[in-house]
Amino acid sequence: MSAPSDVGCRVGVDLVDIAEVAEAAQRFGDRYLSRVFTEGELAVSVGPPEVRFASLAARFAAKEATIKVLRPPDGAPQWRTIEVVRQPSGACELRLSGAAADLARQAGLGPMTVSLTHHAGLAAAVVVALTGSAAHGPRPHFDPQPLTVLKAALAGIRGGRFAHKEE
Amino acid sequence: MEEQIREVLAAYGRLPVPAEALGLDDDLSDAGLSSHALVNVMLALEDAFDVEFPEYMLRERATFESIGSIAAAIGELSPARAAS
Repeated sequence: MSAPSDVGCRVGVDLVDIAEVAEAAQRFGDRYLSRVFTEGELAVSVGPPEVRFASLAARFAAKEATIKVLRPPDGAPQWRTIEVVRQPSGACELRLSGAAADLARQAGLGPMTVSLTHHAGLAAAVVVALTGSAAHGPRPHFDPQPLTVLKAALAGIRGGRFAHKEE
Repeated sequence: MEEQIREVLAAYGRLPVPAEALGLDDDLSDAGLSSHALVNVMLALEDAFDVEFPEYMLRERATFESIGSIAAAIGELSPARAAS
């Protein structure tokens, strides 16, 4: 079965230095955390500092990757309107609200999928959204190969191997 | 005010170029200001100038586009600062 001709997707990727997130949290405390992250994101980002800040950095990367997918014409939506929600299975999903949800609607984007990873002091996120009839019609065949290629490219940065932790 | 903004950029912006070399209208993103460094700069500016950037300013891409636009935003929030 061939895909409809207007099927497309948007991809966003972002990379964050985990140490920057740790420094910001230590320097600005709740002012930083509450400005950028939702209560739900803060609630699941717990544990030893290296785990907590890697989780937060990956979530910040997801927010920025989502903004790249949304392609806001003027200003970016607030970070808290883009939330990474961890499912009981451990998989992460995106939940948009406010201006971010409005932008997705205006662009005719379908549900977005997100993948997070961190390794060697860096956290990264890839966000993909279907566009065109694929975003709202019957679920088309989805070839995951482009995501695999993107992940491999990210892992190649700083010579990292793609055998690290994935959320 | 512009000098104080440059000091904040130098301390928190992680720019690959010296902040003092930036012109008033130079694009900070083009100069290497990352999205996360921008958060630090924003919070440090709030501390330095005793202001709080409201949501509408944070949404505007233009607010943190350059040293000049930051100065204009702070001037809007704190007219006494702009006059000094």
